[in-house]
Amino acid sequence: MAIDAATVRKVAHLARIKTPEDRLEPLAQELNGILKWIEQLDEVDIEGVEPMTSNVSQPLRLRADAVTDGDKVADVLSNAPKSADGFFVVPKVVE
Amino acid sequence: MTDLTKLTLKSAIDGLKARDFSSEEITRAFITNIDAANPVLNAFVVQTSDKALDMARASDARLARGEGGALEGAPLGIKDLFCTDGVQTTAGSNMLRGFVPPYESTVTANLWADGAVMLGKLNMDEFAMGSSNETSAFGPVRNPWKSATSNADLTPGGSSGGSASAVAGDLCLAATASDTGGSIRQPAAFTGTVGIKPTYGRASRFGMVAFASSLDQAGPITRTVEDAAILLRSMCSFDPKDSTSLDVETPDWTASLGKGVKGLRIGVPREYVVDGMPAEIQALWDQGVQWLRDAGAEIVEISLPHTKYALPTYYIVAPAEASSNLARYDGMRYGHRADQFTSLNDLYEESRAEGFGKEVQRRLTIGAYVLSAGFYDAFYVKALKVRRRIAQDFDNVWDRVDAILTPSTPSSAFALGDKQIDPVTMYLNDVFTVTANLAGLPGISVPAGLDSGGLPLGLQVIGKALDEATVFQVADVLEQAAGFTARPDKWW
Repeated sequence: MAIDAATVRKVAHLARIKTPEDRLEPLAQELNGILKWIEQLDEVDIEGVEPMTSNVSQPLRLRADAVTDGDKVADVLSNAPKSADGFFVVPKVVE
Repeated sequence: MTDLTKLTLKSAIDGLKARDFSSEEITRAFITNIDAANPVLNAFVVQTSDKALDMARASDARLARGEGGALEGAPLGIKDLFCTDGVQTTAGSNMLRGFVPPYESTVTANLWADGAVMLGKLNMDEFAMGSSNETSAFGPVRNPWKSATSNADLTPGGSSGGSASAVAGDLCLAATASDTGGSIRQPAAFTGTVGIKPTYGRASRFGMVAFASSLDQAGPITRTVEDAAILLRSMCSFDPKDSTSLDVETPDWTASLGKGVKGLRIGVPREYVVDGMPAEIQALWDQGVQWLRDAGAEIVEISLPHTKYALPTYYIVAPAEASSNLARYDGMRYGHRADQFTSLNDLYEESRAEGFGKEVQRRLTIGAYVLSAGFYDAFYVKALKVRRRIAQDFDNVWDRVDAILTPSTPSSAFALGDKQIDPVTMYLNDVFTVTANLAGLPGISVPAGLDSGGLPLGLQVIGKALDEATVFQVADVLEQAAGFTARPDKWW
């Protein structure tokens, strides 16, 4: 399952990371090295094994559907790259 | 007068309580050390000296009234992935440079409630992705230890390299750290310190910058096993703000110390003998087995047959979770935003390319790949199934053993720059530690000896879920038997 430059371009876009053309081939080689190493998992008998998504066996707790927090506009915006009048300011994306 | 910065956490807490010295005095002593050492060791990325002195004076006032919590007046370092209210928190990334949380992580809130003093924020691999601290946007941390045979700067390990270096270099009494694949135990082993990752769910993840949520767990790096028992207790709590937090009591683990291991059954897994393992590591492990046998433990050879698959499993599960967790960094609400862009998509891609370092980009790319249509079952789901096999390996031996003894790392600290050529070589650092993360089990690293170059080596004890008590019991016996008193020569 070798990865080529085109696959790296596609995956880098899925990850939303700008990747210059001249980095695609070296990245493909790195990822192939890692994936080749990962391929040893093919040896494991996983017939009938349930996927393990968590170490915690307890059921998720429910909480009351009540407002417990709020009125923190200044806190919420305090790390915004840009804000004005209590709003996040984002670049114009619709003409 | 005693050098206050060389005290254990326990003796410092006792001395503060007895008013032998004040919190302001010991805090000033650490600030002096940090000012002198940090330009070289690079362990702290933020120093909060004024805040520390304020906290120290408040502690002194409480102590004067005969009040105070379990850590009253004790100066600590905080890994920079714990959000600290009003103090920059970056997780070692340019993406979060300048990020000042308006809230406090549960773990650090617990420490302040117990009276601890914050000296500053500790350097780390970017988003905890690394084993050498070289992926930090703030530059690598240097290990206070040097080899007798070379003057090369050594890594303190990672990702909690700043924590380990600061504790070993007398820059704080103890430090918080976090462990996703070995990030507490490997740096502890590389610096002659003690590090424990508790059972998954013991310490709240609320306010910890997320890497891989099903694996991340907080824990302490300290100078002694007793200090680890004290600090871990303060860090842990049930927290409704973390959906995987366990609603269980946090015991007093110092009660485990001095109990000995007579009658305990200690497992020695044959699969932890790995190809190319240095003879010194095997010898240390054999020595550890002998110490426990001499102390009356029964040694049981066990098999954990899926051990060799743990690292490849981890390098699917962790990047997959990271790619999901780190999707939040879009340059809109917080974090870095690129100046130049041509479209909304381009803005996301440019911001993330500028904000994330090379190793983080590599892992996010792997994560996106293993979760992408057509590969999800072949990689991600398969890894989750193998993960269960690895966890079952442990379940299958707990009826025959009470704890497991292994080396902490396959080598002593290596030189900065040594393992950057190939990512897989770097990943192999976690070969002995990553199984405990995948299975959610507690694991401790205890300094147990020096290699031929005079560098520290650690032994690891892995226990049953929620059985840190036995882990501390065994670690205590190893610490006593090893009599590890070596300290790095001050060269900085």
